[in-house]
Amino acid sequence: MENKPRLFPVLLKATLIFVLFNFAFIPVSSIPLGKLSLYNSVFPGRERFPFGEHPQAYNFSLFNLDAMFASHVLVGTPKASDEYRVLLIGDSSVWGTLLTPEQTLAGQLNSSAIAACGKTARVYNLGYPYISLMQELMILDEALQYEPDMVVWLTTLESFPREKQFGAPLVANSPDRVRKLISKYELNGDPDDPALNHASTWDQTFVSQRRALADLIRLQIYGALWSATGVDQFYPENYERAQTDFEADDEFHGLKPTASLPDALSLDILDAGMNAGNVPAILVNEPILISNGINSDIRYNFFYPRWAFDQYRLILNEYTSSRGLHYLDLWDLVPMEEFTNSSVHLTPKGEAMLANKVGEAIQNFCATK
Amino acid sequence: MGLTQIGVSILAALLVGSLTRGAPRVYFLLALSVLAVYWFQPVVPLRSFDFWIPSLSLALVTLTWFITSQTGAWRARQNLIGLSIIVGLVAFIDLTRYTFPDPFITTTTPPRLIFVVGFFGFTAFAVSLLTTLSRRIAFTLSLTIILLVAILVILKSPVLSLQTSILFRTLTNRPTDTASALDLRWLGFSYISFRLIHVLRDKQTGRLPELSLPEFATYVVFFPSLAAGPIDRAERFATDLKKDFAPTHDETLLAGQRIAIGLFKKFVVADSLALIALNDTLATQVRTTGWMWIILYAYTFQIYFDFSGYTDIAIGIARLVGIKLPENFAAPYTKPNLTQFWNNWHMTLTQWFRSYFFNPFNRWIRGYKNIPTWIMLLAGQLATMSLIGLWHGVTVNFILWGIWHGLGLFLQNRWSEFAKTRFSTNNPRLQSVLHIGGILLTFHFVALGWVFFALSEPSLSWHVFMKLLNLL
Repeated sequence: MENKPRLFPVLLKATLIFVLFNFAFIPVSSIPLGKLSLYNSVFPGRERFPFGEHPQAYNFSLFNLDAMFASHVLVGTPKASDEYRVLLIGDSSVWGTLLTPEQTLAGQLNSSAIAACGKTARVYNLGYPYISLMQELMILDEALQYEPDMVVWLTTLESFPREKQFGAPLVANSPDRVRKLISKYELNGDPDDPALNHASTWDQTFVSQRRALADLIRLQIYGALWSATGVDQFYPENYERAQTDFEADDEFHGLKPTASLPDALSLDILDAGMNAGNVPAILVNEPILISNGINSDIRYNFFYPRWAFDQYRLILNEYTSSRGLHYLDLWDLVPMEEFTNSSVHLTPKGEAMLANKVGEAIQNFCATK
Repeated sequence: MGLTQIGVSILAALLVGSLTRGAPRVYFLLALSVLAVYWFQPVVPLRSFDFWIPSLSLALVTLTWFITSQTGAWRARQNLIGLSIIVGLVAFIDLTRYTFPDPFITTTTPPRLIFVVGFFGFTAFAVSLLTTLSRRIAFTLSLTIILLVAILVILKSPVLSLQTSILFRTLTNRPTDTASALDLRWLGFSYISFRLIHVLRDKQTGRLPELSLPEFATYVVFFPSLAAGPIDRAERFATDLKKDFAPTHDETLLAGQRIAIGLFKKFVVADSLALIALNDTLATQVRTTGWMWIILYAYTFQIYFDFSGYTDIAIGIARLVGIKLPENFAAPYTKPNLTQFWNNWHMTLTQWFRSYFFNPFNRWIRGYKNIPTWIMLLAGQLATMSLIGLWHGVTVNFILWGIWHGLGLFLQNRWSEFAKTRFSTNNPRLQSVLHIGGILLTFHFVALGWVFFALSEPSLSWHVFMKLLNLL
């Protein structure tokens, strides 16, 4: 009789221990575990932030900015005395969709070994897919601690609409960082915006955090493959080219040509970024696809009706000239054939054209300093 | 098997093990196993094949029992109950098509009842015909073995699988351009067929004890070992099944420990290693020799933890219902020579091949007195290991993997013969060095063999070997 299984007490004890452990995890969830990383020690740092979902990319998207930075080469590279540190901020066009790390803007600028202010420019790719100024400001704000000499911020109109600012998954899942940014830079956004995923007590338990924890481990494991292969993105043999024929639609995020565009744009976030940390900054209106297809008299591309983008260029010109900011308007630099799967994604040749102009701007900045 | 299926299997085993005794336990295990054959079957693109494939498994099981059992055995009460359970559950699963809005045992909606009635009729006819034939023509058993091997060859051969899929698609008016070799994923057939061949061969040699249909069917499609073995022997399994089992505290604890170890091995260690283990894509992407070795080591351990983890889970779940499945792995990577490795790696498969191929082959070849012994040995090793390779898949790389091990076993045998008369030593330190050297050599021989196993093309394997040797 003594040897009969006593399953119920065992299961009860196991359940109790698990419940206790689950809630005891809550204080742990506030520890920045993402900063613990094998990158830059066991494995080399990544040339760009982890992003993607294809298993053959050995890469994936996560919403932990600490872990993203900890895996980046910027964090593990001590600043040399002859290094002129340039940070590239921007969207997927800067990150380099469909481009190898060497083909991206940062890669091409580094291969040019640009002389800047008596030193050699070392350019770091801090671009991240999804278009939102708030996301870019969040990355820039975090990156300032790594002693940049210059920030080059590549933007496009699609990053500016107020309604988009909290829509980026990285932003939506970083409510505490957003609150700090709003407070620090006196931004217009509401820190209690429902678009932000504020964590409840349950969200901080082990059960709720298991996915995030598993992601941190997976990121470290993928470090081995990044180290072994240098591959961080899946390159399909074929992809759908960016759209060049459009509907006769002249709306931009619900706005008609008669609307006042500046009211809909988050210029306060741009302002915060351009002045962040008193680091010299160059603002770049990045190249866009200018279509000659159906209804191209109404729209430049999938993103922009002509009226909106033309107004946006005027706004940026006025904004930068009134503040004495360094500004490059490169919107029409790259011909239509040099865009890949989006109106802002460039081919290696298109990136080379852009790198040429941005490199010149970095050198000119030093010459005029 | 995914975590959900493992979880439900554990729960079901706990309930059956705790609440049932004697014959009802066998009936419940049979019922669970029949349901598992359908539930575990992955979805395939051919319409209703996730119903037909398990149904064919059960038809083959029933057919084999009829032709290997005594005349009129089916009339016995327990066999009628067993038959009723199988037929009743197949009918029940099909009827879910009419009673539930969505399929819940099969992945897609089962076929219309009329087709299943037709299938029952055809199976009954085939069983009746072959049973009658088997009483009169001894070759019927061999014919059944040939049928099982033929199905296995089709399933394991990418070319034949593709052609069969095209044939089925043509017959059912489905587009053939999307046909794939993966269309015919038949869960557990490698194990089902080997269990059936084992009983058919034992019947031919007069070694098969009489088993009831519930015992026999439960043995072949026993739900814990359906997907990944081990390959038990029918008489041993039936002995456990007939024992009066009541779960004890220690037994349940041991089963739980074994399951927990298996889950950790499979879902933590193996699945993590799988992220960086050698595969076709990585074979061409890895840039340095050092990393190629790491990727190969990752595969070497991943395949072990994956397979032995599943085995632990199967053994643990089986213990909950009083079945002590045989061990399949015993620290194979710590063995000092290749023979010992194969005595401890996928043990039930190697024992099966030893019993039903290697030993009969050796007896046959020894009849040729003029063939030198070493050629007999080489032929036996190469043939056996090549067949084990082909069991995993009819591809050039699996054959190369088999030849690699066949040659390895032959060379190790010759070396042992040569060395034992010349290098015997009583120096314990030297013995330790030789032992450790043997382990490292064996481990690396096996690891290099995985280069064939893990990759689909000989050219990729060649590329990896060149990289491993720093010749690229």
